[in-house]
Amino acid sequence: MAMAVFRREGRRLLPSIAARPIAAIRSPLSSSDQEEGLLGLRSISTQVVRNRMKSVKNIQKITKAMKMVAASKLRAVQGRAENSRGLWQPFTALLGDNPSIDVKKSVVVTLSSDKGLCGGINSTVVKVSRALYKLNSGPEKEVQFVIVGEKAKAIMFRDSKNDIVLSVTELNKNPLNYAQVSVLADDILKNVEFDALRIVYNKFHSVVAFLPTVSTVLSPEIIEKESEIGGKLGELDSYEIEGGETKGEILQNLAEFQFSCVMFNAVLENACSEMGARMSAMDSSSRNAGEMLDRLTLTYNRTRQASITTELIEIISGASALEAAK
Amino acid sequence: MFKQASRLLSRSVAVASSKSATTRAFSTEVPSTLDSTFVESWKKVAPNMDPPQTPSAFMKPRPATPSSIPTKLTVNFVLPYASELSGKEVDMVIIPATTGQMGVLPGHVPTIAELKPGIMSVHEGTDIKKYFLSSGFALLHANSVADIIAVEAVPLDHIDPSQVQKGLAEFQQKLTSATTDLEKAEAQIGVEVHSAINAALSG
Repeated sequence: MAMAVFRREGRRLLPSIAARPIAAIRSPLSSSDQEEGLLGLRSISTQVVRNRMKSVKNIQKITKAMKMVAASKLRAVQGRAENSRGLWQPFTALLGDNPSIDVKKSVVVTLSSDKGLCGGINSTVVKVSRALYKLNSGPEKEVQFVIVGEKAKAIMFRDSKNDIVLSVTELNKNPLNYAQVSVLADDILKNVEFDALRIVYNKFHSVVAFLPTVSTVLSPEIIEKESEIGGKLGELDSYEIEGGETKGEILQNLAEFQFSCVMFNAVLENACSEMGARMSAMDSSSRNAGEMLDRLTLTYNRTRQASITTELIEIISGASALEAAK
Repeated sequence: MFKQASRLLSRSVAVASSKSATTRAFSTEVPSTLDSTFVESWKKVAPNMDPPQTPSAFMKPRPATPSSIPTKLTVNFVLPYASELSGKEVDMVIIPATTGQMGVLPGHVPTIAELKPGIMSVHEGTDIKKYFLSSGFALLHANSVADIIAVEAVPLDHIDPSQVQKGLAEFQQKLTSATTDLEKAEAQIGVEVHSAINAALSG
């Protein structure tokens, strides 16, 4: 302790190298913390760098493992999502695609994930939902939200709390199947009054591309009204109805069936997008960790070599000072 | 240095001209939204964000209504977990509508039919493939395209008759012992489906 003080004093009073000989006697195995205080040349000691390297390496391992898990889950869901793509096409072929339809009551169904660390897909879905809200609100028009997934709920709860009618979480806990989604669709239809349902989700285009998509499902009353007016749905009037008493009843069943089919495809596509986004997020994270590790290794080596060099200088200068004194 | 620059410039021009001669879309290119009113109103509300896609951008366009009746019917038979038949050209399809078995030939009048549990048979020449459907919808279009959407469908040769008999007996028993309306409705659905399968297998 006193030696350290003396060394420090020595440095201040005699800045020449001659003050160093005492340091030369010190064991070279001592921690470089003392050296840091003595020399003031390096800001990070090797111990600190070593700790940081260990934690970065652990992070790299964890993110690599998460990427593998996401990749395997993606493989499992991707096949089912692609097979379900044919499900909504007949409805769109019959009823057309009317995202710009002007209705009084719109309900925006936002699909998002429950878990995080999946890149920006949830925030894009929320941004699109908010823009749809602005698009469809006005005098005599109102928009309500149905939120599926924890992440969107967290974001939208802050500013749109009053417009949220229903929120569903933990949808992906069990593997998705049509029965489960049709129960969910049934729940939504029972609790919400709507003229048009706009389902916002991320469509899985490829492992690196996810396209925010909005699918519109109209209520049977609006379908009838539009088919009478003409325009896109005008051809619907020419269709005969088989079964059921009235056209309205058939249209009701058709609209509900359409909603459950579109929801099923949307939920699967969103799950695929989530896995794909998580894969790329974790991949870039492990790559960043690898780069950080490289930089830290360089710093560590430099620190280590500098301390060895300083030791050598001290020893040699001490020896040469002794020689000169002789 | 100027020589190099001019060489690069001429090379880039040559590349550009060759590219324009054979423009090919990249595989990473994204389909564009087809509805222009939507895109315009979107731009007014959120000018900095790209408009979202709509389902029509991902669909192949349907053929137009031909002036004369085509010889073959194009069938798209989809289930939630697979597209069984997609764009298959057949001669006739018999579907189990709620009003009874309905035969569909090319040039059928456009129809929306609700389906009940029953057999659907697809006829192509002498080849007949039979499926048992749980329920769904059949949309017949003017351009001789038939879309059949079912919740569950099984080819008839995959069904085990003894299991069907057991199921039928079980649901009939449940129907007699049902107390609440919900239980009665569920048991009735079970009986209907099983007796339909039974009739399908025997008939």
